[in-house]
Amino acid sequence: MTIAVINTSTANIASVLYALDRLGAAYRLVDCPEEAQDCARLILPGVGAAGPAMAALHKSGWVEVLRKETRPLLGICLGMQLLFDYSEESDVALLGLIPGRVERLKSEPKLVWPHMGWNALEAVNSDEPLLNGVEPGARVYFVHGFYVKAGPACQAKAHYGDDITAIARQGYIVGCQFHPERSGAVGAKILENFITNTTSAEARS
Amino acid sequence: MLAKRIIPCLDVRDGRVVKGVQFKNHEDVGDIETLARRYAREGADELVFYDISASPSGKVVEPEWVAKVARAIDIPFCVAGGIRSLDQARARLFAGADKISINSPALENPDFIDELAREFGSQCVVIGMDSRKVDGRWCLHQYTGDPDKMRQAKAQTLDWVKEVIRRGAGEIVLNCMDQDGVREGYDIEQLEAVREVCSVPLIASGGAGAAAHFRDVFERARVDGALAASVFHKGVIAIPDLKSYLDTSGVEVRL
Repeated sequence: MTIAVINTSTANIASVLYALDRLGAAYRLVDCPEEAQDCARLILPGVGAAGPAMAALHKSGWVEVLRKETRPLLGICLGMQLLFDYSEESDVALLGLIPGRVERLKSEPKLVWPHMGWNALEAVNSDEPLLNGVEPGARVYFVHGFYVKAGPACQAKAHYGDDITAIARQGYIVGCQFHPERSGAVGAKILENFITNTTSAEARS
Repeated sequence: MLAKRIIPCLDVRDGRVVKGVQFKNHEDVGDIETLARRYAREGADELVFYDISASPSGKVVEPEWVAKVARAIDIPFCVAGGIRSLDQARARLFAGADKISINSPALENPDFIDELAREFGSQCVVIGMDSRKVDGRWCLHQYTGDPDKMRQAKAQTLDWVKEVIRRGAGEIVLNCMDQDGVREGYDIEQLEAVREVCSVPLIASGGAGAAAHFRDVFERARVDGALAASVFHKGVIAIPDLKSYLDTSGVEVRL
């Protein structure tokens, strides 16, 4: 089973590929949807701003394909945010696969912006397949200045000024606000869960 | 709650990890990949690779070892040293570095900070600062990797902190030069002053010699991370011991 990693031309692509290497997973870095036709699962990585990322996905033909996609899809960091409806950052319409808005994390006094570092995951849905074998309160690495407030699609949250969506899921579409590829053994387990689990959540779709 | 970060810094010269005392007399302490793996395994939260030979001589960090490190470890790392162009930054980020840190080049050309933030996002733009008190004020120093070229910069530290944040810096590493390598504790006074004006993550550097120094800098200067080199490289402090000490002292850490 080959995993397609969608080339968003952003900086964390190499880290995602190396993490898949460490797991012994077969993958292909793909520019356009045609190159991913025989792939069983998709990963949408991304760091940077929502506007340029959406422009790139429109240009490569991914936006239309992802809106009709039926294969399991994992968005990472900005890639997770792109799964939602709208982003305050760049004032741009996103993929609209999961209902919700991306907002700027509030800069409260004494609260450092952006949210950067290892924060604890709090499961909202203990059956979330990505959390299979992950200890409650396990820490993962976050780096982001925008967030999705924990809402109906939130499967795991982290607290930073507000309850932020750490893992979002709608059927076979799932996203991590944190970087599993840079989150040590916990992150590797989460990536492995995405690669290997055929889950009830996916089956429901 | 967000954990305080423990960050071993690996000063790199000619492909080897080295450490000097107050930026001078560098001694070899080991191989980059081996040390990176060891620290990741022991529970380091992040690593910084600082190419101290790069800035003064105009050389740049070689992306080859950046990619090797990115393959080897599964924690974030930052690459610093002689990055003067968007292409040089891009090469390192696309080789797998999570952040790049600039120091002297930012002082030479502050617009470079804006360009980096626009191109790659603030989250990967770290500004390093070498600072010490001169005539009662904290002042920046440039080209600190080479004793012959080191000089005091024009800007004062607190003004520079505010400026780099305005320009899009996503994190600041403050290296307190008077404390560097002497293991007598972090420069709490200077870090507290910088914390007051710093709204982005602040990393303390210079002076760690005992576990209590880490507790002090987290509690008193409210920094987000503490960087250290010699105490880790020489085995004076083991990271698992440090983490459990901080945990029992009430500091939030990743265990």
